[in-house]
Amino acid sequence: MKFLLIEDNYDLAQAICARLQLDGHVIDHAGTIEDGNGFSDSGDYDLILLDVMLPDGDGRDFLRRHRSSRRTTPVIVLTARSQVSDRISLLDLGADDYVTKPFDHAELEARCRAVLRRNAGTAQTLTRMGDVTFDPVAGVLTVGAASVSLRNKELRLLEVLFNAPGQIFPKQKLVDRLFSYDDDVSENAIEVYIGRLRKHLEGSQLQISTHRGLGYRLDHG
Amino acid sequence: MADHVRVSGSLRNRLTVTLIGGAAVLAVLLFFVVRSYAAQIAQQGQDSILGASVTSILDAASLRDGQIEVDFPYASFSMLGTAADDRIFYAIYQDDVLLSGYDGLPADGNDPNGESKYRTVDFQGTDVRLAASSRMMVGADFRAQLTVSVAQTQDSLSVTLNQISRNVAIFGAGFFGLVVLLAFWATSTAIGPLARLTTSITRRGPQDLRPVASPVPSEMVPLVTSLNSFMSRLDQSLGRSEDFIAEAAHRVRTPLATLRSHAEATLQRVDREENRQAMRSMIRAIDESSRAAGQLLDHAMITFRADHLDRQALDLVDLVQDLAVRLAPIADMRDVDLLVDAPVSVPVTGDAILLQNAIRNIVDNALKYAPAESAVHIGVTNGAAASVTVRDEGPGFPVDEMSGLSTRFARGSNAEGIIGSGLGLTIAKDVAVAHGGDLTLDNHSKGGACVTFSF
Repeated sequence: MKFLLIEDNYDLAQAICARLQLDGHVIDHAGTIEDGNGFSDSGDYDLILLDVMLPDGDGRDFLRRHRSSRRTTPVIVLTARSQVSDRISLLDLGADDYVTKPFDHAELEARCRAVLRRNAGTAQTLTRMGDVTFDPVAGVLTVGAASVSLRNKELRLLEVLFNAPGQIFPKQKLVDRLFSYDDDVSENAIEVYIGRLRKHLEGSQLQISTHRGLGYRLDHG
Repeated sequence: MADHVRVSGSLRNRLTVTLIGGAAVLAVLLFFVVRSYAAQIAQQGQDSILGASVTSILDAASLRDGQIEVDFPYASFSMLGTAADDRIFYAIYQDDVLLSGYDGLPADGNDPNGESKYRTVDFQGTDVRLAASSRMMVGADFRAQLTVSVAQTQDSLSVTLNQISRNVAIFGAGFFGLVVLLAFWATSTAIGPLARLTTSITRRGPQDLRPVASPVPSEMVPLVTSLNSFMSRLDQSLGRSEDFIAEAAHRVRTPLATLRSHAEATLQRVDREENRQAMRSMIRAIDESSRAAGQLLDHAMITFRADHLDRQALDLVDLVQDLAVRLAPIADMRDVDLLVDAPVSVPVTGDAILLQNAIRNIVDNALKYAPAESAVHIGVTNGAAASVTVRDEGPGFPVDEMSGLSTRFARGSNAEGIIGSGLGLTIAKDVAVAHGGDLTLDNHSKGGACVTFSF
């Protein structure tokens, strides 16, 4: 997917870009509203991540312009304001959702997915591999003619594997991607989800192989 | 609030008492002035009749053969007839010798101007009004001073006077009563603008610090001017502290966000387990501090707002459903189903921002403790009092600690390892109490915590 990030804090922007790229997304970064307007006028983005406080104005100004030019690209606002004070006004101005800094990347991802689902049809997110079609936004896995809805953790696990077929992922890394850091989860918890994915992929050309001591890998064919 | 204001009298009472007191003094004064004036007029009436009577007697006196002859005209006494049967006395003296009439009736003649003399004297134990006049009778070889006194008791006069007094008293009382009514009317008219100003300021919401716009009487202009300038200063200072909090939050949260995002990205790259463990602890610490900072600011804001609730009519079901939509991605992230069970509409009155925050905190809590692939139920009921019940399928509250959990910074003994500030339920409880309701913690019979926010 293609993201536009409008955020003046360079370090934070770098971190967000790095994290999104890790998931296989394409991301453009603008440091000011002016640049943001330029990018959003010329590019075709699936989602815009917008900081509220920017050096050349308020993120709200961007939102106002964005909505008045009848663009449908969903906008998720990154706000550092306290919990309640002006979130409501952000939503009134046409933001699709917001996350409060500092945010859990998984939460940002979940919110992106929810927003994209609500704006269904705008993003082309289908990924095909062999006879398997995977829609990470809708969370639907289609094997041949049969479709299943995936639960969130199954979906995220499959997304990680789908982005890098043939690569071995250690159990611990997968645990860190799937569970929040305050959950006390043993590595074995991942086995449950691997088991479920294997069941969903039964009869397809894809399979998840276990590499003892190393981790799991998605194989094609 | 009125408890803290020292009261020194009442403008309304002061004004009313002054007006009524003034009216009472005026009414009494009016009574005496009118009565004495009426008495004077009545006295003048009696005097002129007495004078006429005396004159008619004197006119009837004639000198014949060196003798004075007085032939009383009939009218001289009949003109003195009154309704009250006043008695009439007369005396005629020739050079201090009583010719006829009642002995002892004073008979000193004219005043220095030659006019008749009028006075009130005591005669036979009764006050009588007396007119006396003298005339020189001069004959060929005769010269004598003839003095005539006519006196009349004053029964009729006092009857008339009493009547006049009564009427004047009635008029005075009526005048007084009218002034009392006018005093109340005038007072409330004068106090009116003050009461209106008070109402318009009391009715304002906590955020409304606009200057008073409606016109006020000129005497209130200084008060309203200083009130307006005070409110604008308050507005500025509130605005400054809000900006400061926003700025502070921004300054703290942005670097934390950078730190967290970097830490997360790094965690994906490093392989050595001890490094990964360190990164995880780092992320946990960041979450801990940012959550605590957020909750502390929230708690401060709620404490401030709870004193000045911005009450509006709102639909609790709408509010809960909006919240469920907002929290759905978080529930989804944890593979928890967020189920709302609500009637079509439950109207309540309350501060939307506070209620949202409170219920969000309760649901946040439930989501945190709910095990994966379980459900969190949000129920809205519209009984005698509206309520929102949030139930999870987690470990529930430790039974012996239940009562203390909604106090500040208290956390259950089974909450270890889960990030939290211990302020979530405190905030919810404060909001419930500010709305005249309560927050009750319970464990569901099928397991799991159950929190009820009632109005």
